[in-house]
Amino acid sequence: MNRRIRVEDISKISEQLTHVAKEDLMPLPPPYDKPETWPDWPALTDKQKAQAEYTLDDTIAIGIPHPKSKEEEDELVRKFLSGLEKLFQAQNNWGFLQPLKLSMDHCAKCHTCSDACHIYEASGRNPVYRPAYRSEVLRRLYNKYVKSGGKLLSAWRSGDIELNWTTVARLAELSYRCNLCRRCAQTCPVGVDNGLIAHEIRKLFHQEMGIAAKEIDEKGAELQLKVGSSTGMSPEVVRDNMDFIDEDMSEKVGFKVQTRWDVKGADVLLIHNAGEIMAWPENPGAFHVILQQAGINYTLSSDAVAYDGINYGLWYDDFLLAKVALKHIQAAKKLGVKKIVIGECGHAHKALTVIADRILTGDLNVPRESSMVMLRDIVMSGKLKLDPSRNNFPVTLHDPCNMVRLMGIVEPQREILRKIAPMFREMTPHGVDNYCCGGGSGFAIMTPYNFGHWRYNISGRKKLQQVLNAFGDNCKPGAQNYLCAPCSNCKGQLRDILFHYGAFEKCGILYGGLVELIVNAMTDAKPGFIEWEWH
Amino acid sequence: MLLHLITYASLAVFALAVGYKAYSLWKMPPHLRWELYPVAHDKNASYGGSYLEETDWWNKPRYSSFIGEMKGMIPEMLFIKALFENNRPLWYRSFPFHFGLYILIGFLGLTLFGAVLQLFGATFVGGFTGLIAQVTALVGWVGLIVATFGAAALLHRRLTDEELQDYTQFSHLFNLGFILAALLLSVLAFGVSDRGFVLLRGYVAALISFNTAAPVGSGLVAVAILVGSLLVAYIPLTHMSHFFTKWFMWHKVRWDDAPMTKGCAMEPLVNECLKQPVTWSGVHLKADGKKNWVDIATEEIK
Repeated sequence: MNRRIRVEDISKISEQLTHVAKEDLMPLPPPYDKPETWPDWPALTDKQKAQAEYTLDDTIAIGIPHPKSKEEEDELVRKFLSGLEKLFQAQNNWGFLQPLKLSMDHCAKCHTCSDACHIYEASGRNPVYRPAYRSEVLRRLYNKYVKSGGKLLSAWRSGDIELNWTTVARLAELSYRCNLCRRCAQTCPVGVDNGLIAHEIRKLFHQEMGIAAKEIDEKGAELQLKVGSSTGMSPEVVRDNMDFIDEDMSEKVGFKVQTRWDVKGADVLLIHNAGEIMAWPENPGAFHVILQQAGINYTLSSDAVAYDGINYGLWYDDFLLAKVALKHIQAAKKLGVKKIVIGECGHAHKALTVIADRILTGDLNVPRESSMVMLRDIVMSGKLKLDPSRNNFPVTLHDPCNMVRLMGIVEPQREILRKIAPMFREMTPHGVDNYCCGGGSGFAIMTPYNFGHWRYNISGRKKLQQVLNAFGDNCKPGAQNYLCAPCSNCKGQLRDILFHYGAFEKCGILYGGLVELIVNAMTDAKPGFIEWEWH
Repeated sequence: MLLHLITYASLAVFALAVGYKAYSLWKMPPHLRWELYPVAHDKNASYGGSYLEETDWWNKPRYSSFIGEMKGMIPEMLFIKALFENNRPLWYRSFPFHFGLYILIGFLGLTLFGAVLQLFGATFVGGFTGLIAQVTALVGWVGLIVATFGAAALLHRRLTDEELQDYTQFSHLFNLGFILAALLLSVLAFGVSDRGFVLLRGYVAALISFNTAAPVGSGLVAVAILVGSLLVAYIPLTHMSHFFTKWFMWHKVRWDDAPMTKGCAMEPLVNECLKQPVTWSGVHLKADGKKNWVDIATEEIK
């Protein structure tokens, strides 16, 4: 790896700005302590390179088509500049202007943020993956092209940079090499937030140029708003699927389970990440078992969008975020529920509870609560008969960044685990100091080109290290170790990295949600809700 | 007289620049929540918890601890706690620099106090005023030595640390160089001509009594005062203004966890923001420069 890559190098045309070799990667604990045990990482093919801009690093996340002419390049650069200006205008970006300005103007360039970043560390400290690298690119462009006196003073004030298509294309890709976990911001002695800057760069590209990762845009937010869910499920299909899940759950637990739909005046509107229904049906199923047995007056909504808690706009588009949040609120108002409870999905938690909060003025501000809180209350209330010995295997907890570091929901899930999982052990570090799973900000659902391998090898590496360390005393074939991740996106990422490294076979590490552990401990239900099979 | 005018002007530039920057930040539109835990005023700050851990949190009184904020802010302001925990090698350099400057601010406060006493006829020989003079001198020298060491150490790191080199612009070197030069010059000037800071006290007394004809008493001290005055004017014009913008970073962003409630003071401000026309060009937004945020957010996607 070339360790001397300067900020201004991003503008210089070259085959590839940086490369991470296998030997650069952060070491892993046993049984992965020898690099030869790491699965190979396929390079981009010539065909893939011909399809899209690829010159940043070893992968492609967005896949921006190559401009066909110099005129097209110039036009894209002009649009970028226009978007850059709008990012700093109150009328176009009032919602993030103050935090953005503070972060742009006060970085001391001390690199304290670097060591907090799991991507930087896992890549073997690649200079392009420093949290400050992309921020510095944007800062220099802002100082040179937006700030008054920019061209005259920028080189002296903040260092020079050239704006061309190479800069723009690489910066777009680089905004998708950050999980937006904001761990770096936590450590900054001045308060600069490089996660915010990555978020704002993504917004610039989508809100001005229509450029975003397809999985979170066309196949994500846009699809959700068009048909009701990013999974493609229409209201009819989601009800059919839940009927199947009810049947399956009834058989598994030994009593009839019936999901409640569109109950007017219910106390709770429960909103799942609809991906759970498709990928991990036992999760929404377990939720409904618990709520039914605890006598909670809840409902799901069959209105389009309202049965899918995802809100991918959180990562790249304020307007799409607002559209989805308003749909969730409208469904709650239509049913006249007392509150919305958000299922096991970290970004859905943050989008609807925190980020959308201040645009929900007047009667739109329907109360929103975390399912961690409701589940804690149910488990502690004694409404469920629980036998912790049914969970007598090592359990560790992954803290979803959105729910924990960015919302302060730390203890409810731990109170539950301390009650129902006698072999619960923490990862190091944990709570608000946790590391991202590596799938945050949409990465968990992104696998274009060889981007999945970048996730498995780099962004998910630190979490894999943490998980292996947590189960270090019981890592062997045939063991039973449960990685509890109360977040759908995190589960998607954990599934992928555990599968990639064969951690279920080699260490017996299975992943799943929190509700599955609760139902597994319920004495009303047949034993063995958690099946120790890879899924 | 020219030196006195320069000092007045420097103080005015400092006050105006800080005031203007603070006002600009203060009057910015409300932003969406972007808090980062732990939030110091929360009762569960010790582990990073929030009021969102409570059942029906919207029906409960909001807890906000001033003492909690102070517990979060004071170690950060005085000891740069985040740096201590996350970048110890830099802290060994940055802490003496910043703490030395704090000591020097205290020294200037004591000097100002002494100057007022001087105008009231104090002789600074024995007794309370004598003690003030001695304490002032002690604080001044400690501050100068500690800050000079810190500034030199920071400049040394900027010049020698490979990782920082690509992020070091001329302005960083100039800023640190300027501060170090001012500190070294002060050490030299006061060490040679005014070890008890008597001339400086006299100069401050002349400033507050508008006696601009009063001589400084030493050419070297006058040069040190001149450079120090220029530095005071310069600092708030640079990114070193983080000495006060840090307050906004923490209180207006990281710890700003206030929820929107019906009828709260923020509500009309947000409603005004939502009425603003949008000019983003993304095709999916169909913004025409006339549609506002509400229009776009409520438009169906087909």
